[in-house]
This record gives sequence, structure tokens and C-alpha cells, in this order.
Amino acid sequence: MASLKALRTRINSVKSTQKITSAMKMVAASKLRRAQNQVESARPYAQRMARMLSELAANVAPTPGAPRLLVGTGRDQVHLVVPITADRGLAGAFNANVGRASRALLQRLEAEGKTVKLLPIGRKGRDYLRRDYGSRIVHDISLAGRKRLEFADALPVAERIVGMLEAGEFDVCTLVYNRFISVISQQTTTQQIVPVPAAGSAEGGARAFYDAEPEEETVLASLLPQNLATQIFTALLESAAGEHGARMSAMDSATRNAGDMINRLSLNYNRTRQANITKELIEIISGAEAV
Amino acid sequence: MTTALEIVSPEKLLLSRPVEMVVIPAFEGEMGVLPGHAPMIVLLRGGTIRLYENGQVTGEFFVGGGFAEVTPERCTVLATEAIPLAEVSRGEGERRLAAAEHAWEHVDKDDVAARDAALARLQSAHAMIEVAGVA
Repeated sequence: MASLKALRTRINSVKSTQKITSAMKMVAASKLRRAQNQVESARPYAQRMARMLSELAANVAPTPGAPRLLVGTGRDQVHLVVPITADRGLAGAFNANVGRASRALLQRLEAEGKTVKLLPIGRKGRDYLRRDYGSRIVHDISLAGRKRLEFADALPVAERIVGMLEAGEFDVCTLVYNRFISVISQQTTTQQIVPVPAAGSAEGGARAFYDAEPEEETVLASLLPQNLATQIFTALLESAAGEHGARMSAMDSATRNAGDMINRLSLNYNRTRQANITKELIEIISGAEAV
Repeated sequence: MTTALEIVSPEKLLLSRPVEMVVIPAFEGEMGVLPGHAPMIVLLRGGTIRLYENGQVTGEFFVGGGFAEVTPERCTVLATEAIPLAEVSRGEGERRLAAAEHAWEHVDKDDVAARDAALARLQSAHAMIEVAGVA
């Protein structure tokens, strides 16, 4: 049985851990509220943008002159995978889920003989994938220290992807991130952003043909980069909200576990203390009887 | 007969309600959208969106640019930025104009895309000042 002093030290250390986890939980809860508002108010724009684009994508034939952002390069050889994770850990399986999904995707693509390139956003995803896929990482982006994500944060990422596409450095671009479902649930999502997935072509001919003003190319030239930035922005927001949600529930259960542990240790401590007292009493009594 | 108007900016959904007519600042001039309009995708410049109900203007928004999707049933405005007209400030417009002019001087005039983007910024800032002057 452990000594009383060792038990006391142990209890104190678990108590300080509990204080930390419960503070982290509060912080995550308040950040979550803000992030959740932001993601929910940003969704309509992204949804409408996606709807408009997929209609357009179905209209525009994959001719060589069509913009690459819309129809791709016509090949399917080089894949750019963009895993979006948090910059910090202690959020349960949040980062590992994205890491695992990316790894599965990479394995599948490489088994099919494709070339993959990685552009991780967030430090944790980069660290996770660096060991096995370090040579595939072309660049990494960290958004650490942002209090509030702005649309402007997504622009450099979008520009970089557009630049790579123009330079013919990849054919297909896919985002892997956690979609925010509710406070306690995030769904790991794989979303292809280049080329734009065409709207269900199965539904047949009766679709509206859009006129464009000014010409279609001009509209597309400014619509497509905007769409890319929007999809990335939304994914970043989803991921940020998901991160705080995941951290909150992880820290909540950590706090609860610490509480359980303290209870068990205190019980143990009290029992030990009582046993010591009893033992001393027995010693005194039997000493007195012996006299 | 009404058309379902929605004004959305990247940050939020600003407005969603049926109106009789909406006038949007299309790239090549103001454009009125009535119910049953032919499907179109329109590039917007900086300017004012006006909502009409019962022949009256019932709402005005400043947009900094963006796109609009028009179908017979609805009109969806995807603005880079949309502000109710009453909240547009002249000072902000002038600050942006100064920034846009600065950007314009440094832009590579041979890069068509960059030049157009800088021009659009200038136009949007001018529109903002004009709108604020009226309000």
C-alpha cells in the first residue's frame, strides 16, 4: 500500500490537472459559441455559391478552352490533398480523425498509381502526416493565433491553389476536414473542390440555361476563384467550430475522469490513514496490556 | 407575383423575402428583376440594390460587388459585402478610395486580371462614397 505522503501528492497533482482541464473546457465553450455563430451564418453563402456553380459546371462542356478551375485539366493523375486540422491538440480524436482520413485517401490514391501532393493547413495535421508522407508535402499553412477567422484568411490559400493549378502542378484538389454537426459531433468530410463536381447529371435534360452578363468567361473568371476561397473559408470555419466543440467535450470528460480519480484516491487515502491509526492504537493497547 | 430575393455576404444571410421587383447594379448598368425573369448569372459592380413592393422602394442596400443568380422564381445576390444603405459611412468610403488608389498605382498594368481587380476596387469605393453622400 502506498504511503500517506505519496497519496497526498498524487491527489494534489490530479487536482491541479482537473483545474487545468476545467479551465480549458470553459475557454473552449466560449470560443465555441463564437465559432458556431460564425459558421452558421457563413453557410448560406457557401451553399448558394455551390449551387450556382454546379449548375454552371453542368452547362459548360469540358472543352479545352474552359476554365481549369471549373473542369479541371482533363486528367486525373496528380492529386492535391488539403487536410485541415487544428494547431493545438487536446481535442480528443479531432485531429487524428482528419489525419486518419487523409492517410486512407493517400493510400488509396497511391495504390491506384496516382501522384499525391499535400498542402496541410494547421500544425497538427502536418505533424501527423510528416513522418510517412513528408516528401509529399509541398507547403504548409498555419493559422495559429487568429482570434477570429476572416474571409481574408482564406484568400492566400485559394490563391496558392489557383497558382498551382495554373502551373499544372495538380489535376484534382480535395479538402479533408471536420464538419461541425453539433457540439459533441463532428463529421470527417472529404470534399473535392477542383474541378467543381457537376450537379447530378443523372436528372436529365430539363435544366435552366443561364445567360451571363458580361460574357460567360468574364463572369467565370471572377466567380471561380471567389468560389474556391468561399469553400475553403467555410471549411476553415467548420473545422474551427468543430475543434472547439471537440476540445470542450474532451476536456469535459477529462474533468470528470479527474473527479473520479480524486474520489478513488481520497477513499484510499482515508482508509490508509484509518488503518494506520488503528494499527497504532493496537500497538499502544497491546503494549499497555503487556506491562 | 413576387420573386424570392436573397442577399447573402460571405459572413451572413442578410435578407430573405419575396419582393415585387429588385434593381441590382449589374456590371453593364442597373438591371431590374421581375418575377419570371430569364435565368441569368450577373456580375455586380459596387452600387445599390433597391427592393420594390407596391410600387415603392422598401429597402436599399449597398453592395461592394459580387454576383447575382436570377431564375424565374428567385434572385440570389452573392455580395462580397452588403450593408444597409443607412449604415454606409462616407469616411469609410474615402478611406477605401485612398487604399484603392494606392493599389491602383502599384498594380502591374499588363496583368489583365490584377488590373481589372484594382479597377473594380476603385469603382466600388467611388460607389460607396456616392451612396453615402445621398444618404
